[in-house]
Amino acid sequence: MDAFLIQLLTGLAGASSLFLVAAGLTVIFGVTRVVNFSHGSLFMLGAYIAWSVLTRLPREPGWHVAGVLTAALATAGIGVLLEMTLLRRIYRAPELLQLLATFGVVLMVQDLALLIWGPDDLPLPRPPWLRGFVRIAEQQFPLYDLVLIAIAPLVLGALWLGFTRTRWGTLVRAATQDRDMLAALGVDQRLLFTSVFALGAGLAGLGGALALPDGSANLQMDMAVITDAFVVVVVGGMGSLPGAYLAALLIALLQTFGIVLLPKATLVLMFVVMALVLAVRPHGLLGRVQVPTRGEAHAYALIRPATPALCALGAVVLALALAAPLLVGPFWLSVLTEALVAMLFAASLHAMMGPGGMINFGHAAWFGIGAYAAALAARGLSMPMPVGLFLGPLLAGLVALAFGWFVVRLSGIYLAMLTLAFAQIVWAVVFQSETTGGDNGVLGVWPDAWAHDPRVFYLLALLLCVGGTLALRRVLFSPFGYALRAARDAPERAEAIGLFPARLRMAAFCLAGTAAGLAGAVGAYSKGSVFPSTISIGRSVDALLMVLLGGVQTMAGPVVGALAYTGLYDVLIRATDLWRLALGAAIVVLVLAFPQGIAGAAQHVTGDDAT
Amino acid sequence: MRLTRRTLIAGSATLAAPAVVRAQSGTSQSEPIRIGEINSYTAVPAFTLPYRQGWQLAVEQVNAAGGVLGRKLEVISRDDAGRPQDAVRIAGELVGEQKVDLLAGGFLSNVGLAISDFALQNRRLYVASEPLTDALVWEKGHRYCFRLRPSTYMQAAMLVGDAAKLKAKRWVSVAPNYEYGTSTVKWFKQLLAQQQPDATFVTEQLPALGRIDAGATVAALEAAKPEAILNVTFGPDLTNFVRQGNTRGLFEGRSVVSVLTGEPEYLDPLGDETPAGWLVTGYPVDSVTDPANSAFIAAYQAKFNETPKMGSVVGHALISSIVAGLLRAGGTATEALCDALPGASFDTPFGRAMWRAIDHQSTLGTYVGRTALKGGHGTMVDWRYVDGADALPSNDVVRKLRPA
Repeated sequence: MDAFLIQLLTGLAGASSLFLVAAGLTVIFGVTRVVNFSHGSLFMLGAYIAWSVLTRLPREPGWHVAGVLTAALATAGIGVLLEMTLLRRIYRAPELLQLLATFGVVLMVQDLALLIWGPDDLPLPRPPWLRGFVRIAEQQFPLYDLVLIAIAPLVLGALWLGFTRTRWGTLVRAATQDRDMLAALGVDQRLLFTSVFALGAGLAGLGGALALPDGSANLQMDMAVITDAFVVVVVGGMGSLPGAYLAALLIALLQTFGIVLLPKATLVLMFVVMALVLAVRPHGLLGRVQVPTRGEAHAYALIRPATPALCALGAVVLALALAAPLLVGPFWLSVLTEALVAMLFAASLHAMMGPGGMINFGHAAWFGIGAYAAALAARGLSMPMPVGLFLGPLLAGLVALAFGWFVVRLSGIYLAMLTLAFAQIVWAVVFQSETTGGDNGVLGVWPDAWAHDPRVFYLLALLLCVGGTLALRRVLFSPFGYALRAARDAPERAEAIGLFPARLRMAAFCLAGTAAGLAGAVGAYSKGSVFPSTISIGRSVDALLMVLLGGVQTMAGPVVGALAYTGLYDVLIRATDLWRLALGAAIVVLVLAFPQGIAGAAQHVTGDDAT
Repeated sequence: MRLTRRTLIAGSATLAAPAVVRAQSGTSQSEPIRIGEINSYTAVPAFTLPYRQGWQLAVEQVNAAGGVLGRKLEVISRDDAGRPQDAVRIAGELVGEQKVDLLAGGFLSNVGLAISDFALQNRRLYVASEPLTDALVWEKGHRYCFRLRPSTYMQAAMLVGDAAKLKAKRWVSVAPNYEYGTSTVKWFKQLLAQQQPDATFVTEQLPALGRIDAGATVAALEAAKPEAILNVTFGPDLTNFVRQGNTRGLFEGRSVVSVLTGEPEYLDPLGDETPAGWLVTGYPVDSVTDPANSAFIAAYQAKFNETPKMGSVVGHALISSIVAGLLRAGGTATEALCDALPGASFDTPFGRAMWRAIDHQSTLGTYVGRTALKGGHGTMVDWRYVDGADALPSNDVVRKLRPA
């Protein structure tokens, strides 16, 4: 019983921390619909700034509070800068482009923080009052945890008052419903959005500053925090602050009691909770059905077959690709093979995201399942390579079929997060299973003797990846593809003319999974080994970046995006220690220059709006 | 100050990048010997940046003394971003484009295994510097792969003798939820059971790496009422764990055995909250006085204006261990090197070590001691150096563990 009380209080303190991490994200999303991937970076900056400020101040409680608030304000200032220089320019861009832009910011902040604060963890020395404890049930319970337990409801209450009882709050809520009307009434939306972004960033900074006394400011914080924040926000319902608090409570309490019973569950518990909640409540605990905000709806351009000029360009590139084994050495062939795999991977995600209208944050799951199926066929069952190359896409497709049933009922960001939850569950299974070699992966997955020559394997990869990409393209121009786009643009009308949107989406999901599985299988043989990192969130983000960089609403987008992204990454990582800064800056510049994606911009320039 | 130092490192690494144009047929005597080095410089900077300074110092010293076999030593270094797949591609680039004579590096276990598998496939020498997984030299060991640092088995074996003397019966463990954590706990339990059959582990906490919920973890350990605690966490997780543990009184009246905690990169951040009396492996850089350590520390401080960390020692020893193989082989041919390395001995800041022929593990050891608080900083006291050779299982056991 005593242990129970302590664990309950510990869970409440954990819930407060989680809520503080998530509050800013849900505020920003609720109003601006920006999926702010740099939220974790703002949290990290909050912690670092708090460290710099607090280590220079007297260590009395009053000064500490002043320091924490200073850090929050400074982070809010960084948020303003970010909004005014970057996000403001792309509010009208296709959805999720902000995600790409803020990911560029994440990369830049990682290197900037390293340059400014150095590689060492920076712990905040705790004065005695921060080490204080109270005796509860004959055990010591940290005083600071009690403070945290109180802070979250206070912040929640203050935000609620701000949004419901002030003129600013009224205007903000109006902006979430009808931006055009608000603009017609003479309200400066830009100022409104800047202030909301500042608030969200400030909350992130506050979270970072408040987390500091329990640990250190370090360079891994941003990534550790961002998934937690997303899960809490989605489980609670995007944009709902009380929902976020409820979700934080649910997750933290399950975590605290769960690790006693199932210590291994730490990797995946949060994502299982999210999957279950979304299966029962598709819009989160307290979320509402998302109605498209007036003034932000996009009419998608029709997709028409490629022009003769584009076909000719494609043929030239393909001819060059075929000639590559005669022109370059083994290393460049391996780079090209990797680009081909990335291309099919991106094209498969594009089929879901563009024409299918389903955003996927966990696409690496299919890639990984394909890779592991091939690897285990090769190593576990000693099958020849063609069997592995066949089993990879088959298994990925089958799993996608089973899983698609849950996914296609959702939409928007909730669908995306459910795919992420699924990918994390697959990742955790692979990570902890003996069969898959756990963290140490499956080694020795090299091509059969006949394809051992890098030139032969390259040609095989070319055949499979270009073939797969062209097949996807062909499918999207078939009646099925048109039906799929109809279901995306106008589900009710599609249903009225006798289409089944759910089935169409399911088929698209399965198709995308199969193609990603093929990419994974080819990737496994080209690398010789498969690790859980092929299913990591980072890998899923890579796929998203490639598609968004190329342009979601063009058919050539994923191909261009994959080549641009892998090319940039490969050049920069070998050229400079500060490759994250350079890559992040390149992404930001590309986003600002080509909000429709590179391929989208090319279309615009050539005046050919219909490719 | 920080900024300029970083910039200097970045600058020097750029300078170390090879010239694009290179004579293909020139006399090999004038060409430098090239080591292709891969590590997680951006993913794990707290360990790998001191490591890089360590090998930079060693390369400078070797070249100042006239190089190896009359040739200069050159390291071409790449960041793997913590991804094994990237490491394989970079290994291909180093071998295929940069024409390096051998591969080295690696921090994460799976990156090390990926490079090792590449090395086996392409018949190239790979000297793994830091990955701790036992698989690298045992289950998946092979002719072309050598590993420098004491493995998870060795870390556990070095601590277990003193741990058994604690006579604690109820144990709990906390370890990061991945190979390094689970494997260390597994070996520790196994070895402890041999010396003290009545020891039981009542709970084993496995927080996710970098994302420990320290309050919940400490509460779960406290609820198990242990007599002794085995800690395997490191880095930011360790700081969070120690702070919650201190405030909640978890460590009061309990013995704690802690892997790697004495290494400066993990001990320094604990500051004045360093718990006293923990049994740890590490590097007492502020109190070693033997000539080898002192010379290394002085040279390192002169060059970088900071004290070395464990990573610095590993980076420095990496170069010495490779040079020993090059000298013994009399050249850079891969097969000759793989024949020459087993049995080759080399000097490290920790003293003399050698490459074992039986499993290609080096005998570089580490220090075992107790933590203490001195002037507001954590330090190691009552330490002794444990030679790696004394922390490895018998040859019969190794032969069973290493099929190749």
